[in-house]
Amino acid sequence: MIREKETTLYLGPQHPGITGNMMVKLKVQGDTVVKATTHVGYLHRAFEKLIEQRNWLNAFTLLCRFCVPEPDPMELTYARAVEELDNREVPERAQYIRVIVMELARLQSFMLWYAGQAGSAGLYTLGQWSVGDRNYILDLFEELTGGRIYHMYIWPGGVRRDVTDTWKDKVLKTMDYLEKRQDDYNQLMFDNTIFQKRAKGVGIVPKDKAIEWGVVGPPLRGVGIKSDVRIDEPYEVYDKLDFEVPTAEGGDIWARALVRKEEFRQSISIIRQAIEKMPKGDYYNKVPNPMKWVVPEGQAWAKTESVRGEIGFYVVSNGTNKPYRVHAKGAAYTHGVTVLEKILPGQNIADISFIMNSLGVCPPEIER
Amino acid sequence: MSFIDLKGILQPLGALKQLGKKPHTIQFPAESIEASDNYRGLHFNDLDDCIGCGNCSTICPNEAIDMIDLLNIKEKKGDSSLRPRIDNGRCCWCALCVDVCPTGSLSLTKDYIFVTEDPNDFLWTPGIDNKDAADKISYTSDVSTSISMYDRVPMRELEGKERVKSFAEVVLGYSEEEARAEAQRCISCGLCVEVCPENMHIPEYINAIAQAKDKDALRIIYDNNPLPEMCGKVCTRLCEDVCAMQVRGDAVAIRWLKRYATETAPTVELIKEIVDPQIEEPNGFSVGIVGAGPAGLTAAYYLALKGYDVTIYEAQAHAGGMIMYGIPKYRFPLESIDKQIQYMESIGVKIKYNTKVGKDISFKEIYNNNDAVFVGIGLQIPWNIGIKNEDSPGVIPAIDYLTIINSDGKFDVGKKVAVIGGGNVAIDGARVAARYGADVTILYRRRVEDMPADWEEIEGAEHEGVKIVPQAIPTKIIRNKEGKVKGVEYVMAKMVAQDGGRPRPVAIEGSETIYECDTVIGAIGQQADFDWLPENYKEKVIIERGKIQVNNLRQTGDNKIFAGGDAVKFGNSDAISAIADGFNAVKGIDKLLLNK
Repeated sequence: MIREKETTLYLGPQHPGITGNMMVKLKVQGDTVVKATTHVGYLHRAFEKLIEQRNWLNAFTLLCRFCVPEPDPMELTYARAVEELDNREVPERAQYIRVIVMELARLQSFMLWYAGQAGSAGLYTLGQWSVGDRNYILDLFEELTGGRIYHMYIWPGGVRRDVTDTWKDKVLKTMDYLEKRQDDYNQLMFDNTIFQKRAKGVGIVPKDKAIEWGVVGPPLRGVGIKSDVRIDEPYEVYDKLDFEVPTAEGGDIWARALVRKEEFRQSISIIRQAIEKMPKGDYYNKVPNPMKWVVPEGQAWAKTESVRGEIGFYVVSNGTNKPYRVHAKGAAYTHGVTVLEKILPGQNIADISFIMNSLGVCPPEIER
Repeated sequence: MSFIDLKGILQPLGALKQLGKKPHTIQFPAESIEASDNYRGLHFNDLDDCIGCGNCSTICPNEAIDMIDLLNIKEKKGDSSLRPRIDNGRCCWCALCVDVCPTGSLSLTKDYIFVTEDPNDFLWTPGIDNKDAADKISYTSDVSTSISMYDRVPMRELEGKERVKSFAEVVLGYSEEEARAEAQRCISCGLCVEVCPENMHIPEYINAIAQAKDKDALRIIYDNNPLPEMCGKVCTRLCEDVCAMQVRGDAVAIRWLKRYATETAPTVELIKEIVDPQIEEPNGFSVGIVGAGPAGLTAAYYLALKGYDVTIYEAQAHAGGMIMYGIPKYRFPLESIDKQIQYMESIGVKIKYNTKVGKDISFKEIYNNNDAVFVGIGLQIPWNIGIKNEDSPGVIPAIDYLTIINSDGKFDVGKKVAVIGGGNVAIDGARVAARYGADVTILYRRRVEDMPADWEEIEGAEHEGVKIVPQAIPTKIIRNKEGKVKGVEYVMAKMVAQDGGRPRPVAIEGSETIYECDTVIGAIGQQADFDWLPENYKEKVIIERGKIQVNNLRQTGDNKIFAGGDAVKFGNSDAISAIADGFNAVKGIDKLLLNK
């Protein structure tokens, strides 16, 4: 056997397999990773600091940019924290609208994941399909909020604009279409021998370490632990809706993909239920003039289930018209730094971006 | 397990069936797509609806909007002539600017493609540089979707039936919570400051109230208004007419907020402690002031602060002028006036009561003994109605009637009263008569919407049972056998439009009606009395059409004589204009004596 010399390899910060800019410094032997060190900082835009210099509503233009694939959970979580500080009620109709928006956001994010996960295995057709179909959801967002990617739609007190009946019909039609389309996606992904062979047994998160490492979301459910904020600590109207939290065993890429595949179906079901149950009424409990709106002194922690797992916002008010501190804690930091460094050794170089996509690493959210 | 998973290889080939299907995505530029009806594209601004309040610029999280002066915008009240210019290189299309636009003039359009090689081209003025976008408007905000606060916090008042029983103050004032909520509605655009004769620091003190800094608010108010309690209760509040919020909703209750600020200091000691007036060392100059009305008191206050020796000569037994004798006590209670006067006296203003210039003291004496003189005499002589039998017993000018009542005198108006006029004085006369149990009707020659009186006063009068007959021109007073008033005859009028003016009432022939009543109160205006002024001074102090002519510093033809209030040519005949006159005269006196 030839004993190969250990070499250093830099993956990123510019790399098509990484969504956003970050670098993984690798020590490799042959094409096997011996040690991985993550380096972040390429995307730092000081969002949390900038929010402190703007009024409570202005934060939304920054929040949604925390993570491009899923801007809405950031808006919702921040809004919930501010509502808690301000003791602000949210009308029930707005809560239903929020749930629909959140699940639509989940669907469009899954469709990006389909593209990323398949693309990093070399299966480009699927990516083109799912990103193309994602436009149907973006159309819905455009009609509802006026924006396609960054919606700035959910804010303290409710949502910015009311939904119309024609919009609801459009959503239902889109759901029917996506439900059918998922079979096509699965044919290219789960039925595909290439994907099966690449995904099974790769990038394993050990079950006994998952909680200790702080794994959340699909990667946690992929080791068989049923954990979801929507069920564990229901927010908005999730407790009034009937849905399953899928789990899978194994902790590998395959298990995480199975979880997402089923969650996709659950989201469609949640949207259908929410549209059916949505009551009439107000959609917004108006906040005072945003330039003068003073949120009472205090601190609040709010968390929701984003696409990549639990996300929390810690918001502190010192009783002025600007937040004193806003801190976001999402899945990306744990998955992209701690977990990644721990599970990469022993893996193949070619599998790194495959694993990162599977964990849901979103570098812009690490930096905030 | 077989090495070759046939199914897993063949299944993906099913993708081939998608060949030839048209995807949902489009190919730009070969295909174009129309944005949705709610799309947040490039900005558009309706330049006529925009009032240049700058709220869009204030909220913009990216500082992408600045307000620029457009020379082709016609100047008008309540419009800053500024219009927003967008830096599309910084804009993130969050549409907060649209959602806070109080007038709804700003919107976003379906245009979303803008290509240029020159970075400077990204800077443009919506509505001017993209006129053609007017028919592509998509994202707008109306009153329900806007985040501006259009609804005023209602003011608590005594019930109409309750208040005619006494002279108890009608308006009860804001509670702390109500004041904070109302103050938060203000967008600090400052359009109000320009129309306030005294240019009060309105956004600043409202901001202080919103931030629960009531003491700061009071300090800011006293900076250029020594009679805020009066203004907080009876100001004509020109500011509220131009408030950005009144375009689509209720104006911010600027007057009531000022009232709230003054209510936080209920005693003279507290006012002194909070305002902490800095009185300069005596500068050796003395100023004599004729009349202790708002103009004279204002001049006296700021002169005293600057170290002048100030003496006011007041003909009546009480200071305040028209605000003491002309305004009914249910609007401005005696205690409020007393508190304001005591505060002034506490900082060194001397007031000589019951001292009528020309009778108890000669003007010459005041002129010679002081380094400067300020004249704030107001208007005391009522105009005649100009109809037959006006001299009958039972006909009384409103201002005389109010003076009698406010001096604790008695005047029996009988059971039915006709008030002639449509100004605040007419309404005051009517509401006072109603408090003595009379059935009151106001006869006014134009329409109700033309009445110069404050709309809140008109509403208040109606709640108290006062009837208004608009478009009624009185023609003569009907007498009974004893020669006393029995009624008033009037003709109905139609409104005829005329060029360059408001519609003119023209009598309809044969529409004579008689309104039977015991008293007729005339309220069609007052004029100044200059009998006390010796002829040799009258020649120097130019008086034209009953008003003293003054320059910007309220200086008359005689260098040493300054004048202000209702008797001079500036502004409206209201208290805040008088205060502005007093304030500006102080600058004039400073310039004359200290050359500052």
